[in-house]
Amino acid sequence: MGTGTSIGRVRGLGSAHEGAKHWWHQRLTAGSNLLLVTWLVVSLFRLPLWNYRALVLWLSSPWASVPLILAVISVFYHLRLGLQVVIEDYQHDFTRVIAIVLLNFYAIGGAALAIYAILKVAFQGAIA
Amino acid sequence: MARNPGRPLSPHLTIWKWGPHMLVSILHRVTGTANAIGGGVLLVWWLLALASGEAGYARFVDMMTSNGSGRLNWLPALILIGLTWTFIQHLCSGVRHLLLDTGAGYELKVNKSGAIATLFISVTLTALIWAVILFHGAS
Repeated sequence: MGTGTSIGRVRGLGSAHEGAKHWWHQRLTAGSNLLLVTWLVVSLFRLPLWNYRALVLWLSSPWASVPLILAVISVFYHLRLGLQVVIEDYQHDFTRVIAIVLLNFYAIGGAALAIYAILKVAFQGAIA
Repeated sequence: MARNPGRPLSPHLTIWKWGPHMLVSILHRVTGTANAIGGGVLLVWWLLALASGEAGYARFVDMMTSNGSGRLNWLPALILIGLTWTFIQHLCSGVRHLLLDTGAGYELKVNKSGAIATLFISVTLTALIWAVILFHGAS
């Protein structure tokens, strides 16, 4: 590893062997988003009411809470992959590293909060 | 990774006449970012409000709707209408990209009409969905 130009430092090293997986997972989660988020929108529009009790009753069924958890995983994974590309295109040097770390915090933290909330409603709703 | 600012950049953004395919291409990125941040934060907020119990969810609904009519306040309505459009636009554009990934649809006319179709579908569906919500009182 020399200290020359950026292209000179990577030339001849070959690929990092991560690009194809990133590309493929972006498309796989695009497909799963299409199915799961369409289900979510249709499912919400089919509810007779959008008040607290109607929503808790809806989420207390595993046929609603499980696809919603899968949708959260699919959506947050997809947005992590997508925003990574946006950051890599516009941010360089150390700001890129900071932005990618913040993106990971957002994607993992957001998904964890959403899944916690869904499970809490699902388990409590079944008792009440 | 530092770029030498003394060297010229490719004029790729400035020398082309804008067409619908270029608009839809950059909109895919813009709407995706809006969905990721706006839609993501709103989804987590809504689910946490629901998990915080009946009183907590009532506070969330109270913030989003007006006390008298129960209708959405203008700012949440504006944000939700915007996110509905960015969501459908990103969805249509995403399906178009999946088709383009197969190598199809690169002929000039097909590519252009495909790009226009995503815009037409997203605007029409957004208008239809919000007409139903606002005028048939689904809330």
